[in-house]
Amino acid sequence: LSKPTDLVQGTLDLLILKVIALEPMHGWAIAQRIRQMSGEVLQVGQSALYPALHKLEQNSWIRSEWAVSDNNRRAKYYSLTQAGRKILESETAQWERLSAAISTIVRAV
Amino acid sequence: MRWDAVFRLRVRSLFRRSAVESELVEELRYHLEREMDRNAAAGMTPEEARFAALRAMGATEQSKEECRDMRGLNWIDNATQDFRYTLRQLRTNPLFAGTAVLVLALGVAAAAAIFGFVDAALIQPLPYRNPSRLVSVFAGTPQDSQGNVSYRDYLEWKRSNTVFSSMDAYGGGGGWGYTLDTRQGAQHVPGLHVTDGFFGTLGVAPMLGRAFYPGEGRSGAPATVLLSYGCWQRRFGGRPDILGKTVRLDGVVTTIVGILPRGFSFAPAGPAEFWTILQPGPCERSGTCSSVFTVARLKDGFSAHTALGNMKAVARQLQREYPDSHRDRTANIVGLRRVIVGNTLPILMTLLAASGLLLTIALINVVSLLLSRSESRGREFAVRNALGASAGRLFTQFAMEALVLAVAGGGLGLLLAAASMRLLIRLIPAGMMAGMPFLKGVGLNAHVALFGAVAGLVAMALFAMPPAMRLRRMRMSDGLKEGSRGSAGTVWRRFGRGLVVAELAIAVTLLVSAGLLGKSLYRLLQVNIGFNATRLATLQVDPPTGYSGDAQWIGLERSVVARISGVPGVESVGASDQLPLGYGWAGAEMDVTGQPSFEQRTPANLLRVSPGYLRTLQAHWLRGRDFTNADRASGRPVAIVNETFANDYFPGQSPIGRQISFHGVPQTAMEIVGMIGDIKEGTLDAPRRPAVYVPFDQEPNDSFVLAVRVQGSADGMFPSLEAAIHSVRPGISVHGEATMRALLDDSWAANLRRSSGWLVGSFAAISFLLGVFGLYGVVAYSVSQRTREIGVRMALGAEPASVRRLIVGESARLIAAGSAIGIAGSIAAAEIMRGLLYGVGPLDPPTIGAATIVLGAAALFAAYVPARRAAAVNPVVALRCE
Repeated sequence: LSKPTDLVQGTLDLLILKVIALEPMHGWAIAQRIRQMSGEVLQVGQSALYPALHKLEQNSWIRSEWAVSDNNRRAKYYSLTQAGRKILESETAQWERLSAAISTIVRAV
Repeated sequence: MRWDAVFRLRVRSLFRRSAVESELVEELRYHLEREMDRNAAAGMTPEEARFAALRAMGATEQSKEECRDMRGLNWIDNATQDFRYTLRQLRTNPLFAGTAVLVLALGVAAAAAIFGFVDAALIQPLPYRNPSRLVSVFAGTPQDSQGNVSYRDYLEWKRSNTVFSSMDAYGGGGGWGYTLDTRQGAQHVPGLHVTDGFFGTLGVAPMLGRAFYPGEGRSGAPATVLLSYGCWQRRFGGRPDILGKTVRLDGVVTTIVGILPRGFSFAPAGPAEFWTILQPGPCERSGTCSSVFTVARLKDGFSAHTALGNMKAVARQLQREYPDSHRDRTANIVGLRRVIVGNTLPILMTLLAASGLLLTIALINVVSLLLSRSESRGREFAVRNALGASAGRLFTQFAMEALVLAVAGGGLGLLLAAASMRLLIRLIPAGMMAGMPFLKGVGLNAHVALFGAVAGLVAMALFAMPPAMRLRRMRMSDGLKEGSRGSAGTVWRRFGRGLVVAELAIAVTLLVSAGLLGKSLYRLLQVNIGFNATRLATLQVDPPTGYSGDAQWIGLERSVVARISGVPGVESVGASDQLPLGYGWAGAEMDVTGQPSFEQRTPANLLRVSPGYLRTLQAHWLRGRDFTNADRASGRPVAIVNETFANDYFPGQSPIGRQISFHGVPQTAMEIVGMIGDIKEGTLDAPRRPAVYVPFDQEPNDSFVLAVRVQGSADGMFPSLEAAIHSVRPGISVHGEATMRALLDDSWAANLRRSSGWLVGSFAAISFLLGVFGLYGVVAYSVSQRTREIGVRMALGAEPASVRRLIVGESARLIAAGSAIGIAGSIAAAEIMRGLLYGVGPLDPPTIGAATIVLGAAALFAAYVPARRAAAVNPVVALRCE
């Protein structure tokens, strides 16, 4: 079976949207936040993170701007767009339905 | 999703690439620095922190590439790369590239040019309002489903029908032209008589002035005329103050009231310049004389089909009213488009089919070129695949090649098509062109361009097919192993041979079709026309203004004939109201005195001829005598009939001395005094018709034609003939000068076969070459792939002759299969060309035989050349050279 840290296809998008829904963040911080919030279970490498960010941006769900970071260097901050907020809502609902369904099956056995 | 925002991002990704790229680099560097910071905070040395961070990040180049992918950039990069690579590939093989582009261009050019004509005739809207609602109603008789209508019937139809919002008539006994008085003397000008609502029914408004108003032209009202745009420009210099000016037409002072729009044309009227109101003449008033055609606009909710029921009912009512003259008369509705393009339809369909076949064979040819190319590139495929190109990526590369070839070939083809359309239009004789004004718009328009684009798309899809098949079948490692010896020619053998068979079949079909058309033309020109067409000059004579009444017309005819006979070089001369090989109006229903009236007999051609006319034509005299100067207006009515008339009306008896009269008018009884062999009074391809000749003096006509037999060449005689006529009276209008030989050669019937024969013939010649070269290519390629096999055979003792037999024998089977399919195809093609075939059936063994032998011989030769090369191979070299 898969390694525990592998993310279900498409869930990385949901996690990114969720994380930056609170405040604009740069890529490194997004990866850190996902790691912390998941209790060190989910490790997002840059090789998965940045393509995902660029795809979300091309879809106009998130937007990016350059700003000075907490350590006084220029970093690219990502924030949610109006469209992204809607996607986040529908994706969250979808995820909850799906995971509840899977849990029901898994526990029943 | 906000598409505008997305679009802006895409555009930015595409055009601000360096900015996007450097941002990507900076973003990833920032990530690295943060990792290093974190590691340093955990107590590592800067060096350790850096390595740990790099390890944790993994391959950044790969993720950069993925980011670019996500931004949708890569396909553009790939496409440009493929494009450059394709150009390089094609440049290294210019013979292949040139052949492929040229062959495709030829096919597209032929098909698009012909499509241009079909478009002009059948697709472009007619220059009328809502033209699909316009129809013509014809009189239907057992002999002719699209006959002229009598003026009385037209009025009756117009009054009683419930399906047309309007109905109008044109034509009439007044003829299809006028004598116009000009400063240079009397001139014959083409024109048309129409009823007052004609332009309203067509939905055409004059660009200047007005159309005729209802009731205009009632007897006593001042005469008015509308001019065509071309006439206004040419004859009146486009003067804007033309309205209200007068011209003398047929001696009548006529006021110009309007100018028709520039794009207006009415094909049945030919190049008509003057349009006046149809005044019922003696023919129209008689009630039984059929002289007009109709045009009508369907009411909303009726189709031509549903309207027919109503018109048939109206016609039945007329049958009851006039049981005698209308016994077999019904009505027939034909769409106006059909009326206008009518006789060009068979040639258009034939040429469209032929050019379609040519395009097909061109496509097949290029596909088989690409097929052998992709076969021999098996190793290249494998190497590229081994170096990391995915099958999809490999395919797009070949798709790019297909795209480049298709665009280049299609574009060049369209240019060639535009040039050939201009050339073809110029090759159409002016006389034929006059009947097809719709062809004036032929050219490279949007429809033709669309046609070319679709052909290019199809070409591209086909061209991408061979490499796609190769890729699907290929296990990549195979190709690397053994120079692709194992798989060589498996697709090739099945698919490539199929292509060759198709090419040969199309070539045979086109060759046979061209042969049939050529034979039709030959048969047509061999038709027994019943007279001698050499050294025969013909011209038309219209009386000067002021001439009216039988006596004056007779006097004019006699003095003109007398004056012409005195011209040096003239052997004999005769006058008639109609020349042979003309339209051949055949509507005279004749009764035989002493027999019940109107038995089911074919109506006859009726011609008024002067004494000496039939002798001048050198008609074949069978019995009795010619007319003499004693057969005057006051004399005993006499007639001469042709052989078909005699056989039809007096089977097994001599017609001489019998009496005939016009149907229902026994007092017109005339005695038959002579009988001649049939003269072709109608078109060359028309069936034999009964004909009755009566003395010009006894049925005089205002205008007449002259047939002049001369001693030398007829071409140079016209100036002296015209001078002789004008010496009778300068006001006489002379026109239509032509030698009978030219009338024969330029006749519509002959031209139709000649032009279609030439075009289909050249298509056939091109397809013949493509087919033979296609076969050569296939055989040569398969021989080159089988060098090793041949080497083995020869090492085991095969004679060169048996190797040759092997190769040629395989080709012969392909040729036989192609010919068989092609012959079947040619029978189907003959069905399309049925309207063009004359004197030859769709299944003509000599033509089929000749076409198959010619193609078969050439194709066998094409196969023999590589076969000989194969047999000459040295087995040792063949085995080693792999």
